[in-house]
Amino acid sequence: MLGNRFLLHPKKVSFFFKSLSFLPLFFISQNAFAEFGLNLPKGVTSISRDIYGLHMLIFWVCVGIAILVFGVMTWSMIFHRKSRGAVASNFHESTAVELVWTLAPLAVLIAIAFPATKVLIDLENTERADMTVKITGYQWKWEYEYMNEGVSFFSNLDKASRDATGDAEARANHANYLLDVDNRLVLPTGKRIRFLMTSNDVIHSWWVRELGVKQDANPGFINDSWAKIDVPGVYRGQCTELCGKDHGFMPIVVEAKSEADYQKWLENKKVEQKAAAAAGDREWTKDELMVQGQKVYSSTCASCHGVTGQGVPGAFPAITGSPFASGDIKAHIGIVMNGKAGTAMQAFGKQLSDSDLAAVITFERNALNNHTGDLVQPATIKSAR
Amino acid sequence: MSTTTTDLQNEIDAIEGSHISHNDHHHGPEKGLMRWVKTTNHKDIGTLYIWFAFTMLLIGGAMAMVIRAELFQPGLQLVEPQFFNQMTTLHGLIMVFGAIMPAFVGLANWQIPLMIGAKDMALPRMNNWSFWILPFAGAMLLSTMFMQGGGPAFGWTFYAPLSTTFAPASTDYFIFAIHMLGFSSIMGAINVIATIMNMRAPDMKLMDMPLFVWTWFITAFLLIAAMPVLAGAVTMMLTDRNFGTSFFDAAGGGDPVLFQHIFWFFGHPEVYIMILPAFGIVSQIIPTFARKPLFGYSSMVYATASIALLSFVVWGHHMFLAGMPIGGQLYFMYATILISVPTGVKVFNWVTTMWRGSMSFETPMLWAVAFVILFTIGGFSGLMLGIAPADIQYQDTYFVVAHFHYVLVTGALFSIIAAVFYWLPKWCGRMYNEKLAKIHFWWAIISVNVLFFPQHFLGLAGMPRRIPDYSLQFADFNMISSIGGFAFGASFILLTYIIVDCIRNGEPVKDARVWESAKGLEWTVPTPAPYHTFDKPPSKELILAESSHIHVEGVH
Repeated sequence: MLGNRFLLHPKKVSFFFKSLSFLPLFFISQNAFAEFGLNLPKGVTSISRDIYGLHMLIFWVCVGIAILVFGVMTWSMIFHRKSRGAVASNFHESTAVELVWTLAPLAVLIAIAFPATKVLIDLENTERADMTVKITGYQWKWEYEYMNEGVSFFSNLDKASRDATGDAEARANHANYLLDVDNRLVLPTGKRIRFLMTSNDVIHSWWVRELGVKQDANPGFINDSWAKIDVPGVYRGQCTELCGKDHGFMPIVVEAKSEADYQKWLENKKVEQKAAAAAGDREWTKDELMVQGQKVYSSTCASCHGVTGQGVPGAFPAITGSPFASGDIKAHIGIVMNGKAGTAMQAFGKQLSDSDLAAVITFERNALNNHTGDLVQPATIKSAR
Repeated sequence: MSTTTTDLQNEIDAIEGSHISHNDHHHGPEKGLMRWVKTTNHKDIGTLYIWFAFTMLLIGGAMAMVIRAELFQPGLQLVEPQFFNQMTTLHGLIMVFGAIMPAFVGLANWQIPLMIGAKDMALPRMNNWSFWILPFAGAMLLSTMFMQGGGPAFGWTFYAPLSTTFAPASTDYFIFAIHMLGFSSIMGAINVIATIMNMRAPDMKLMDMPLFVWTWFITAFLLIAAMPVLAGAVTMMLTDRNFGTSFFDAAGGGDPVLFQHIFWFFGHPEVYIMILPAFGIVSQIIPTFARKPLFGYSSMVYATASIALLSFVVWGHHMFLAGMPIGGQLYFMYATILISVPTGVKVFNWVTTMWRGSMSFETPMLWAVAFVILFTIGGFSGLMLGIAPADIQYQDTYFVVAHFHYVLVTGALFSIIAAVFYWLPKWCGRMYNEKLAKIHFWWAIISVNVLFFPQHFLGLAGMPRRIPDYSLQFADFNMISSIGGFAFGASFILLTYIIVDCIRNGEPVKDARVWESAKGLEWTVPTPAPYHTFDKPPSKELILAESSHIHVEGVH
């Protein structure tokens, strides 16, 4: 299966070598670019289409200049060779010529600058939004908060991708390897959506190509951007600012639904979040806690502390035998809930529900080669908040 | 012009003669290892710089091989993500600070005194010091890989706060290494300026200087202005990390974007520090093999100066998405695309120099022509990246990776290779194997395009840079790119052989003027260049006759 991915289609190979020679690109329709994943997509927002138009405009300007410059060069390399008996001329200066090739490119640049300015002014205008989504980057996941709706959730790399990094067969069977998440960002079509970007730790950058949106998420500051999605569908992207070890493993998936479907989804999400909060009000059994704890650990903790709790010496401490996970239970709850400033250890009290916190702390104290026998109930977490 | 060809030939003979009679007495180099440790001779120090740069090029290249091997297929096969990040970080730092910059300083050391008729560099002891800092700084930088927690893994741009509060303990060693590298660069730059201002042959006017000297002269000012800014940035990192300041930490009233402003205020001039000397080299080589004076000498000088000035006012184009107000984005976009005007002037001048010349394609010329074509392609993608709205889709993707490798590998590095082939016979008095060198050229030129051209497509198709693993849609082009990478990497084994073979067994060259139509004072000293040259400054007539840009009737 995987092998097939690597077999180069003969057409692709010849296309690649053709494109190396640069000029034949001229004669290939723009659809061909898209099919082979050679070019930007037009996208599904007015911004992304404007950017695509600009991109193609500059591209053809460059191709034009290239034909001119490389053409003259090639001509003289063929015909003005010593081996063909060419005798060198002696001209070496011309103010008129220098002026022409200073002013002509300047005129071309001004011609490009006009549409570029127009697009930039449009895409920087985030006013008149119908709704706002706040996007917070974390090492290494995204949090989406629907402002004024009371809905917020985290979006992690899906488990199937995480498991497939070392497994070729699993990768081959995963159509969206590394581009899938557990919770998608669902957005309505036809609405002007304002995005607010910020970060909890280091700088991240939120990019979805089809939306024409990329904006850095800076800790302590808020950036903004906007999109009005025209076509329902699933659009994928990735973090584009190096943010540490798992920078390559925090994808973005946007699902655009019609307004009615979006409202339905939003209502469901609200009910779901209420139920999750209520789960913290009852007593949990140890088995329940351990099963849920394992889930939370692998999605939230394992990327730093290791699947078996071994950590990374010098960078991320081990859970196995740690003074927290095998020592005082209050200190353990404290570090998980409040984190450690200036490290990748986040304040998970803000990110996880009472029951998830109770579960993962119980899991850490009774698995990964720790044997404290302690049970932590959601109620304990609630009172610790 | 009253001087005749015979007079000039007599002067050249006299220069050669004086060397023959002088050479073997008290002027020769010291014997043994201490020659290299204690040397204050510009040629020795130039050699040291170039070998150091070559060593670092191979180390940085080995890291690139690790990167391309991991990216050969999707999945995590060879290295952990954290180690992968160390590779991308150290590869960038070593290539920029360890390979390209020292190689140019080495060429400056060898060539500038020879090209301006100076005895040596103006500050020879400082010259020794600025070289000998480098191996220690480089070793310290590399040693971080073996420390607990690993080496720097935050990219060669080391953005805060990933490089401050979230960085491994070894970062403090990285900061010290950067300080030392900067120290060395600043001293090297001061030396270049002092040499050109004070040691130039008395009859050589500024506008008589060869373009390699001019471009280096301007580069040296960029270095002096830019490197202290980098030192400031790493010092602020140091105090943020260890002394409780909050320059880059919003929680204490700082701003992580401030780091980017400071870094790129250094970083953008740095880009031109790595390309202006390349412009100079190509401006020396193309007239030689086109057998025609350089077209538009003075416009070349003015274009270089304009690029240098503009390079200080465009840094924001690296930060279009960092949260920049629209006014800032518009300004930086306009200023950035303006740079393509003087850069275009240079390319047009080279092409016009070739036009109606009488060209031959010895190895240095091949590399120089490849430089013009491939650097121009890098310039095109640079223009595209300069358009702020379009940059949204390019920023931090493989499109950027392709862009800066076209300007730095097929630009800066190719010019260095061209320069070494061009001047090596003069340095060691032996000719390289032309046939092998041509095979190497074609091998490298094909593989480097297979390596970097598909990365444009990868970026446009949505692959971010600095990721150790990728989704399956990027698999084909990554594999092609990796194959190109391995082939390009292997080409340096052949290059090493060609150079060592030339130095040890190459055909001896006797002519002072190694290339029949080469001009410049360096071609008036004997081959191989004696340990000491220009005890007596060259005459005005010789200077004018040897200038590559003003044609004097009757001389060559």
